[in-house]
Amino acid sequence: MSQLSERPENSVVGVSMPHESAYQHVTGTALYTDDLVHRTKDVLHAYPVQVMKTHGRITALRTSRALEVPGVVRVLTGADVPGVNDAGMKHDEPLFPDEVMFHGHAVAWVLGETLEAARLGAAAVEVELDELPSVITLEEAIATESFHGARPVMVTGDVDAGFADSAHVFTGEFQFSDQEHFYLETHAALAQVDESGQIFVQSSTQHPSETQEIVAHVLGLHSHEVTVQCLRMGGGFGGKEMQPHGFAAIAALGAKLTGRPVRLRLNRTQDLTMSGKRHGFHAQWKIGFDTEGRIQALDATLTSDGGWSLDLSEPVTARALCHIDNTYWIPHARVAGRIAKTNKVSNTAFRGFGGPQGMLVIEDIMGRCAPLLGLDPTQLRERNFYRPGQGQTTPYGQLVTHPERIIAVWDKVKENAGFEERRREIAAFNSAHPHTKRGLAITGVKFGISFNLTAFNQGGALVLIYKDGSVLINHGGTEMGQGLHTKMLQVAATTLGIPLHKVRLAPTRTDKVPNTSATAASSGADLNGAAVKNACEQLRERLLQVAASQLGTNASDVRIVEGVARTLGSDKELAWDDLVRTAYFQRVQLSAAGFYRTEGLHWDAKAFQGSPFKYFSYGAAAAEVEVDGFTGAYRIRRVDIVHDVGDSLSPMIDIGQVEGGFVQGAGWLTLEDMRWDATDGPGRGRLLTQAASTYKLPSFSEMPEEFHVTLLENATEEGAVYGSKAVGEPPLMLAFSVREALRQAAAAFGPAGAEVELASPATPEAVYWAIESARLSGSPLDDEVLTGA
Amino acid sequence: MDGPLYAHTSYVARPLTDHSLELANSMMRPTITVNGKETPLAPAAPHTTALDFLRERGLTGTKEGCAEGECGACSVLVARPGVERPTDWVAVNACLVPAAALDGQEVITSEGLATVGAAGTAPALHPVQEEMAVRGGSQCGYCTPGFVCSMAAEYYRPDRCEHSAAEGDTAHSASEADAEHGPNGFDLHALSGNLCRCTGYRPIRDAAYAVGAPTDADPLAQRRDQAPPVAVATAYTQDDKAFVRKNTLAETLRLLRERPDAVVVAGSTDWGVEVNIRSRRADCVIAVDRLPELRELRIGSDRIEIGAALSLTEIERRLDGRVPLLAELFPQFASRLIRNGATLGGNLGTGSPIGDSPPVLLALEASLLLADADGEREVPLADYFTGYRQSVRRPGELIRAVRIPLPQAPVTGFHKIAKRRFDDISSVAAAFALDIEDGVVRTARIGLGGVAATPIRALATEAVLEGRPWSPETVEAAARVLRGEGTPMDDHRASSLYRSAMLGQSLKKLYAQHTGDAQTTEAVSS
Repeated sequence: MSQLSERPENSVVGVSMPHESAYQHVTGTALYTDDLVHRTKDVLHAYPVQVMKTHGRITALRTSRALEVPGVVRVLTGADVPGVNDAGMKHDEPLFPDEVMFHGHAVAWVLGETLEAARLGAAAVEVELDELPSVITLEEAIATESFHGARPVMVTGDVDAGFADSAHVFTGEFQFSDQEHFYLETHAALAQVDESGQIFVQSSTQHPSETQEIVAHVLGLHSHEVTVQCLRMGGGFGGKEMQPHGFAAIAALGAKLTGRPVRLRLNRTQDLTMSGKRHGFHAQWKIGFDTEGRIQALDATLTSDGGWSLDLSEPVTARALCHIDNTYWIPHARVAGRIAKTNKVSNTAFRGFGGPQGMLVIEDIMGRCAPLLGLDPTQLRERNFYRPGQGQTTPYGQLVTHPERIIAVWDKVKENAGFEERRREIAAFNSAHPHTKRGLAITGVKFGISFNLTAFNQGGALVLIYKDGSVLINHGGTEMGQGLHTKMLQVAATTLGIPLHKVRLAPTRTDKVPNTSATAASSGADLNGAAVKNACEQLRERLLQVAASQLGTNASDVRIVEGVARTLGSDKELAWDDLVRTAYFQRVQLSAAGFYRTEGLHWDAKAFQGSPFKYFSYGAAAAEVEVDGFTGAYRIRRVDIVHDVGDSLSPMIDIGQVEGGFVQGAGWLTLEDMRWDATDGPGRGRLLTQAASTYKLPSFSEMPEEFHVTLLENATEEGAVYGSKAVGEPPLMLAFSVREALRQAAAAFGPAGAEVELASPATPEAVYWAIESARLSGSPLDDEVLTGA
Repeated sequence: MDGPLYAHTSYVARPLTDHSLELANSMMRPTITVNGKETPLAPAAPHTTALDFLRERGLTGTKEGCAEGECGACSVLVARPGVERPTDWVAVNACLVPAAALDGQEVITSEGLATVGAAGTAPALHPVQEEMAVRGGSQCGYCTPGFVCSMAAEYYRPDRCEHSAAEGDTAHSASEADAEHGPNGFDLHALSGNLCRCTGYRPIRDAAYAVGAPTDADPLAQRRDQAPPVAVATAYTQDDKAFVRKNTLAETLRLLRERPDAVVVAGSTDWGVEVNIRSRRADCVIAVDRLPELRELRIGSDRIEIGAALSLTEIERRLDGRVPLLAELFPQFASRLIRNGATLGGNLGTGSPIGDSPPVLLALEASLLLADADGEREVPLADYFTGYRQSVRRPGELIRAVRIPLPQAPVTGFHKIAKRRFDDISSVAAAFALDIEDGVVRTARIGLGGVAATPIRALATEAVLEGRPWSPETVEAAARVLRGEGTPMDDHRASSLYRSAMLGQSLKKLYAQHTGDAQTTEAVSS
């Protein structure tokens, strides 16, 4: 067992506990960025000037009328930027654009004494455009070859030979929807200037260091003149990894120019129309199977909808390619990726970061091809799993470690779900019910953990012990509800050997831990946990020396357990508080900076080969649905999940991540239906679903009626802190089971053996058309009807 | 979903001429009792929402998630006239209710549910807060205060615990539970207007199903046995904008005659969206939700008369299943948070073609009582709508009540087609009321929503059904005609093809359900 993964007995990690802020959450006392506004004096409010056209060069921008509106203090335009006019890292994302690139693009911001004044001011700003043609859909982008960024190609084996050896070859096309993050807390920032001109920005950001960097370059400052703090976020899901920076920069610019605090908070409509989403994808594929249904070759082109600027589209597309194999060994593959440039918001990170999109392609292929191969879909999936002991590698050349866990979670979930027996029950139910059918499907997940870009795989922490024995920890990760802070408290208490109540955690700030990576890629606990552990280990080593001299023994014989230092073969003990006080008087340093870098990673982005991931997370889900043949409406009757989180740091937190990720994934695949106006009418390019009333998230009615989540046991991960594994993203993809169950239920309305195409999201309407197509003996209706377009 | 809207584009602002009210306004500063503390309304603007009012006073636990009554992050408790007891604690969306509408009322927020401890000690959590905290009911925590308030309202619902296990012993009585009700009588629909993006809801359901019964010492439980806060005449003006509440219908109608430009609100569940999302600001808003004349429910031998300003929740609980078609409608009508404010008067007053009550009321052959300062007239609902969001209602006229004739047709069904089962807007809705005698359809009344500029009766389909045997052949023929009723359109909710198909399917489904051919379809649709 590695030193990193080794867990002391009776450790605080592994104990099930609620979120560290739970009591503040339920009493409404937990503060979020915009709650600070009401505790800050003389705040100005920022409101965007959104241009409701889809594409065009700005020929005039007149602010004089806005300045006449009572309460308007200033209008911010590109001319006000002292540094670099760019909200991103690639110089393709002007903070104040000369060209409107999407419907609702903000071209200026109004500062007002009240939000109402700023709103009225924004409405009075006059913008004139030379309109330009626009690209809205993926089909249009592909037809006009409107692409940007890298065009990676992943190759393994000999694809042509693989197809030549295939007994069955199928081709298909699949396009699926983007997804709105719909964090309940919209983007928010509050900026202030201190007496020395330093900028302090409180931001709802998953990436405070990058927010700091971009605020600094926009203002023409150095990073040490800008501090960014994030108390907590009301949800992030990737939507606050890149996207908050520009909003923070606007607030900071306003504060710098006016000397007053500036608050920027998007309302829901602004958030929906201005911020990026999960990339929708188009996939064109060709797959070959041998006579037994084993995949021989895959040739696919994935096109992601990047929107108007690159943002994170390149790594998102790369991760999609890296996950098209999911749990299946594909000996010969050629998968190309490209990024469509469209006149829409700039799509960005979203839980899974392209992984779900890549995996959806292969799971859709499996679901469609199984009946064509005369196989049960469960059988087809099992037949293609990575096998233990064969040294199988992914199409990008990484050895698949612990492939036996693919089967372990799969078999366990079958057992927990009573899979075979329920399948028989469902078959009996379906034959007795002409208007209602049930489906039960099982799908698996293999998800690579680490940032593809090796440099991001580092974490930092600062741990302070005060004279009274209390401990304060800082680390580079942000809290967005995922329970990272809870886990970090548990890690610190475990490493130091003290009760949890001795440890407090300070909000994430760039002046405590510098150069942090985004809290993203599920890596928050791996990177920051190892850094916290490292800092605590340094302190523990120093304190063991102190304790050893007090207890008259060697440091290596001292243990600190539950806040008491003891030594082998002696009754003498030393309480933590006394130990710390003694250390202080002996002038022992009671603070430490911790650091961690993930070892053993390498990635050649050009060759698209390497071992970018420290390890893989595994999981499997069995979902049962019931479909109404009259309408296509359905409900999720039961879901069983077995998920591999290594040895859990905090089981209640991890189960919460699994359940929440699953339901969010089910939302993407079934309910959440993002619609853009792709007509040639005056509204072209407008987001049609720009409110909670039109963009529907899962509510209580989408929760599985029975929901059983089990964490895989004896699952120590050698390469991560205290044997745990990342958990944030992988469970989202367990929701493929719902989609496949819907496909099977729809198929049950028709004769056996027919291929059923199912649009994504599988709304009741989409399911209805799948049922209709199954009823027509599997002859699918034309695509337009199927996608409900 | 509420409050008749009047166009006010050409109106020039002028001060109120009602001197008695100006006097009242100057004498009695509007105040709201928030968490037991009297809080002056000023300096809030007349259009300021209760949400912004609370947050500006430092009560930032109440959150804005959508500002249109869809997410429930702003849910708070208000004390209202009760159905079983003198006072009910009712959860509403604070983002929709104007703060001025709460003049003289009592509001409890998530901060107020916790009992403040001595200095330096943690506050004692309310039982619903405790359950939410320890069961992992919060992750990011942003939606949590709203969930807590919605859950607390259900916790205090007087008839919740009647059929449930005793306090602290909630695990065993699963026989009372179903997919949407806990063993403690907790109705999950109480949370249908609250969205959580993090948890996937399971721990929140566990928390809801774990709460016991309020203790006798609980001050909020005790409050239910005291009289509700009285409605206070309000005239709150600022910069020529006014929010007015009168004591009587007669006074209200006189004011409405004087101010035909005024926006009339009850629960403000529709007008609140206009204010927040479309930034509309009215010169004069008149609240009618506490007018006694609009809050009567009379059940006679030949008709039921429902006051236009009763909330849908009040109607649901007071009718208690007497009108099966309405009973089928209510759980599908928006969310509990909205139903606690929304009224039939509002749903009909806006004239929306996708309101959920018109199809049902059309099938029930309801009529409306329209009142103005000169008197009252009765208009059949089938003659009420004249165009997109237009009706025969004249300026200065209010909907006072809805009349439903008795006896009701014996075979009824309401089919709402939407993406989401809880709290969604219908793409189409169809309500059926059929009288079938000796296997023959005697009368058929079918109301449709979402297929035309107004809610309509499916007259051609009714004609096909009437006088024919209630058989698969008749249903097939009628379904074909029904598919052609109205002119459904393509939009983000559904394609026109699907909408048309669903009209026919809804009749077939009704037939299957009625003839017992598809017992399990109920499992999916109920």
